[in-house]
Amino acid sequence: MSTLEIKDLHVSIETEQGVKEILKGVTLTVKTGETHAIMGPNGSGKSTLASTIAGHPRYTVTKGSITLDGEDVLEMSVDERARAGLFLAMQYPVEIPGVTMTNFLRTAKTAIDGKAPALRTWTKDVKAAMDQLRIDADFAQRNVNEGFSGGEKKRVEILQLELFKPKFAVLDETDSGLDVDALKVVSEGVNRAHAEGNMGTLLITHYTRILRYIKPDFVHVFVDGRIAEQGGPELADRLEDEGYDRYVAGAGAAKA
Amino acid sequence: MTEMTETPLNETLLNEKARIGAPSIPGLTEEGESLTPLEPAETTRPQSASAPASPLGGDAAKGHSHGGGYGIPDSSRAGRLTSYTLEDFPAIRGTEEEWRFTPLKRFGGLHTAALDGAAPAVAVEAPEQVRVETVGREDSRIGSAGIPEDRVSANAWSHFAEATVVTVPAGAELEDRVLVTLTGAGKAAAAQHVVVVAEDGARAVVVLNHVGEAVVSENVEIVLGDGADLTVVSLQEWSDASVHASSQQVKIGRDAHLKHIVVSLGGSVVRVTPTARFAAPGGEVELYGLYFADAGQHLEHRTFVDHAQPNCVSNVLYKGALQGKDARTVWVGDVLIQKQAEGTDSYEKNQNLVLTDGCRADSVPNLEIETGLIEGAGHASATGRFDDQHLFYLMARGIPEDVARRLVVRGFLNEIIQKIGVPAIEEHLTEAVERELAAGDN
Repeated sequence: MSTLEIKDLHVSIETEQGVKEILKGVTLTVKTGETHAIMGPNGSGKSTLASTIAGHPRYTVTKGSITLDGEDVLEMSVDERARAGLFLAMQYPVEIPGVTMTNFLRTAKTAIDGKAPALRTWTKDVKAAMDQLRIDADFAQRNVNEGFSGGEKKRVEILQLELFKPKFAVLDETDSGLDVDALKVVSEGVNRAHAEGNMGTLLITHYTRILRYIKPDFVHVFVDGRIAEQGGPELADRLEDEGYDRYVAGAGAAKA
Repeated sequence: MTEMTETPLNETLLNEKARIGAPSIPGLTEEGESLTPLEPAETTRPQSASAPASPLGGDAAKGHSHGGGYGIPDSSRAGRLTSYTLEDFPAIRGTEEEWRFTPLKRFGGLHTAALDGAAPAVAVEAPEQVRVETVGREDSRIGSAGIPEDRVSANAWSHFAEATVVTVPAGAELEDRVLVTLTGAGKAAAAQHVVVVAEDGARAVVVLNHVGEAVVSENVEIVLGDGADLTVVSLQEWSDASVHASSQQVKIGRDAHLKHIVVSLGGSVVRVTPTARFAAPGGEVELYGLYFADAGQHLEHRTFVDHAQPNCVSNVLYKGALQGKDARTVWVGDVLIQKQAEGTDSYEKNQNLVLTDGCRADSVPNLEIETGLIEGAGHASATGRFDDQHLFYLMARGIPEDVARRLVVRGFLNEIIQKIGVPAIEEHLTEAVERELAAGDN
């Protein structure tokens, strides 16, 4: 059982207009076996939370803490966080020239586990995981994400999730740009990883659509860098009907 | 990788063939695209009313068969001056197309000085069948592969005292590589001449290993007899202060096959210019290159494949990495498919990987095609950056920064290393690339 604890997190970025605060005090606790959906309108800070957890250098934490089983995550470098068991499925996976998927997956697995995977079972595991995600076998010999379609890139992110077996997975708008079939395939992948019972999930999404396939235990609504409301899965149903207007209007009114 | 440009010329040219007999299209004839769209033929030669409407091709065809631009004699690669005599070449100003990238101030006088310094010492390790000779300037094999194509090459031709000739006899199939080590003799500008001959049906790997400190202009002649199968690897692992110009001219016999691999890692300025010419139909040439430029290094490669014979195949692939302030690379790839070279299949590609700020990679693929009756002709160039986004992605998967950088560069350059086919050299180069990377970490 692991715990990812985010306390009063304030995050800002440098823009041409100066420093801009994006997260304005976020507190959230995720435990092994739980799925938390983070929802909210564009620009509310959802993806900033994801990138900050992973340690993207663009984001500066000005206040608050992130701990994994009591260990200070903010003190860790990006690769140390991954080795500690955090995984970010990225919204826009980049293409890596010159590195084949096979080579990349093995190198990452070796780094995360601290030892090379047993060759025979590893090859079999990769192949099986690719089959389940309906990733063509010849992708293994292609360079990471190079020439992959948007949907293929997302499937490859989930492939890594299944192979690396993190303690906590942060899925940053994994559903965006997927058609219904791809959405199902990807969701099944997340559910398989979850079913192993050793992972907590932070599912960041703009739409309720993916929540038909991945059932959240908790729903948090982000508005303007804060959690505006939280509840159980029923909150997602309400958002499906009502959208975010209520919160956005409310935030606007509060400012006025 | 970004900025990828692909030109599937074979497709357009095949479409061209389908158009024979169709109404003519300005700028295109049944031989393909006209290379002289500005030719003012109509103004100098009034056309008869019955002549085709197109001013191009037909009686407007230029006198020079190699497709030079009108009034610009050397705009075609084939129009370039060749001579054994230094004085035939005008002084290099640095603005010429073929010299515009080269830092002449750092060129050690290879283009201006009398090259009378001591030439790099030559040592040859070879299996018994191989003939290794040191010969004088009058030897008949000197000049058997080509004529100097630039002033620096002609300068070396005018000044070399003796040449090394390595001959793999007809039919010999060597188990071991031939290793020619050229060790620089210091910074006095020098001239060098090496001839490699693979006689009919011979099969061999010849490695030219350039080490030590030198300022040298070198001519390498490579001659393949009919049916010969030769691999030549030219390694440039000079000291940091070295300057090296190497004109490597190749003549390929009937149905012969050359694999030519240039690896440039060490030296202040290195400029290698391989030229491949087919002497008979059925030949195949693969020109590969790998370079890794560190801070302040200038590594330049200019390839030329001259398809003057039908049914020959050429494939050019150069890959380079750049790292550090003022790391500089240049690749210019010329391919000329002459009118008579029907059935040609050619492709050329250059890829660069920019690892840090402050580097510059130039990449210029040039393709001249004078016949549409070919199998294929394509070119591509891509220069990509290894940037913070790549690094973040790999590190977010647990991979430490130095491993991530290595992973990318090793993967990128391995494509060339793997083509060498001599395990000892492949291992050596893998290590050399690792050292380059390690040097950049400091």
